Amino acid sequence: MAQEFPELLDMRAVRIGIDDSFNWVVEHWSETLEEIFLPIVHLLRAIEDFLLWMPWYVVVLAIAGLGLAATRSKWVALGLGVMMFLMGFFGLWEPGMKTIALMLTATFLAIIVGIPMGIVMSRSDRVERIALPVLDIMQTMPIFVYLIPFVMLFGPGKIPALLATIVFAVPPVIRLTNLGIRHVDREVVEAFTAFGATRRQLLFGVQVPLAMPTIMAGINQTTMMALSMVVIASMIGAGGLGYQVLQGIQRLEISRGLLAGLAIVFLAVIFDRIAQAYGKRVQQHLHLGH
Amino acid sequence: MAQQEIKIGIENVYKIFGPDPGSVLDRVKGGASKQDLLEDTGHTIGIRDVSLDIGVGQIFVVMGLSGSGKSTLIRHINRLIEPTDGRILVDGEDVLRLDAEALRHLRRYKMSMVFQRFALLPHKTVIDNVMSGLQIRDEAGGGIAKRLGLSSGKASAEARERAQAQVDLVGLQGFENQYPSQLSGGMQQRVGLARALATDAEVLLMDEAFSALDPLIRNDMQDQLIQIQNELSKTIVFITHDLDEALRIGDHIAILKDGELRQVGPPEEILMAPADDYVSRFVKDVNRGRVITVGSIANDYPTVVLGAAGFSDALAKLEASERNTVYVCDGDGRPVGAVTTKMAQEGRDLSGPIADDAKLDPVQTVDSAAVIEDMLPLSMKTEVPVAVLDGDGALAGGVPRRTVLSALVRREE
Repeated sequence: MAQEFPELLDMRAVRIGIDDSFNWVVEHWSETLEEIFLPIVHLLRAIEDFLLWMPWYVVVLAIAGLGLAATRSKWVALGLGVMMFLMGFFGLWEPGMKTIALMLTATFLAIIVGIPMGIVMSRSDRVERIALPVLDIMQTMPIFVYLIPFVMLFGPGKIPALLATIVFAVPPVIRLTNLGIRHVDREVVEAFTAFGATRRQLLFGVQVPLAMPTIMAGINQTTMMALSMVVIASMIGAGGLGYQVLQGIQRLEISRGLLAGLAIVFLAVIFDRIAQAYGKRVQQHLHLGH
Repeated sequence: MAQQEIKIGIENVYKIFGPDPGSVLDRVKGGASKQDLLEDTGHTIGIRDVSLDIGVGQIFVVMGLSGSGKSTLIRHINRLIEPTDGRILVDGEDVLRLDAEALRHLRRYKMSMVFQRFALLPHKTVIDNVMSGLQIRDEAGGGIAKRLGLSSGKASAEARERAQAQVDLVGLQGFENQYPSQLSGGMQQRVGLARALATDAEVLLMDEAFSALDPLIRNDMQDQLIQIQNELSKTIVFITHDLDEALRIGDHIAILKDGELRQVGPPEEILMAPADDYVSRFVKDVNRGRVITVGSIANDYPTVVLGAAGFSDALAKLEASERNTVYVCDGDGRPVGAVTTKMAQEGRDLSGPIADDAKLDPVQTVDSAAVIEDMLPLSMKTEVPVAVLDGDGALAGGVPRRTVLSALVRREE
């Protein structure tokens, strides 16, 4: 038999140490943290309630209308409306609305947090050097690992589901904001420096607007990642379409899993179409398209 | 040339690129070569001991090939690049001593810049781009929304008016609401020029402003710049790698190579008296006829005044000078004819007073600001040296055909 790897350090003790210290945090901080994050849950609930309060056909029309406004194509708008309709037709209207609410909230918060972080990162090479590997780790770490500390802190429920989704979904928007700003034409930045612009004027007048297409691509990716997280987040109490898939697994009902899965695909297509079309409009507006 | 007021003084400026420029400055001052310095210390010399005086109202061209340091040099003037050593004076004030706030003020009010690749905002219209320099300035005092640049859509009426005037000046009327990508390169650069003019800065820095344009458009832009300069009399520092362009628009030209100044002077001087091999190789292929002005090659000629002198006086003056022509001028100094040695040799009747131009040889005249190419046909027409007139139409000298030809022929090494 091959030689076993020698035990250089008592890893059990190390693990116990990590667990104990986190337990300490849970014990002393979970209530405070829960209070801090309560507004986020309120936001989520408000969106959820609003979507469920509205008559289904209004929501279907609104999505189709958004599609029309973004793509200027009747057919795309019609397709998106049909997809929404089918979701309700499958009997998945309520979980669907819950999933949309979770996704919108998570995306919104990821953008609020991510764009400023991307800006900070773009302004300092040192911050970028530190942040890039951290983002790499965040994106490669198995998603389930995030669930553990959040569930420990908050117990199963909407807060850990939302936070885990945000942590998972935020890297693209940070990365692409940073990239977009760094790739803004140096001569334009130089020109505005030469006209006496302050750093703030440069940022909001030149760098952010010119980086907008790239930032939009980041937002789109973030939306998709938030959506891809919904099934996993449902394991810790997010509800929604993911929960239907989970039930499908638990009860071995292929129909339930399949229909919920299709509904998730519909949502992905809907939001991807709208976000991409909007991103293209921004680009066209910037006249970088040709 | 008359004593001229200095607008920008560049004094012994050095720029060294590398990890610790200060540490190698003494070596550079001691004359270390670029190559040695790079091999020994990893530093590159950008500018070495350049001093220039740029006069008020001049178009001062800094000319050099890529890597000559010309773009680095122009960025020293508004401190987009900090020199390693030396002084930069604008209106006698040392720019390098300014703090961040004062420097911004200088950039906002005193200097503006035009860039090679235009550097316009692609998401703003022509008029908004032209206004952007003004907005940077106006926003500074504004509220929080203004500071965040959120109010850029609503500029003050005054700024808009001013921007519109510049748009008109560069001939872009009707294109105000177009986006830069809808315009040709030449028109985009007009926007860049209008943006720079809009802040009404006294100094215009132009970094290879026309280099990215097609030759024909470049010519138009050069003409337009000269025309605008005639109206506005800015102090313009113009960077180019194109000698023809330099000669065409420059009042003064500085030639830079490997970060060192090789020659400074008016275009004619650069052409007629290149300081070294490098410069003379450069000027070899220039069409001199289009650059050298008549005034710069004019010779002094003796004159007599119409009605106040006799032919004998004219002949005496011819005798005394080594010229072959005496110009006859009216009371205001305008040439009306000439008396030449040839006339005497041909045995024409040269007696009595010079009362009218009946017996005189006719004289061709040319303005002293004209270039040689313009006077060539005149010179071919007559043996009599072409009379050169100053701005008031009075005689300033004469140019015999021989002088014209020798000015056109480049000096052989």
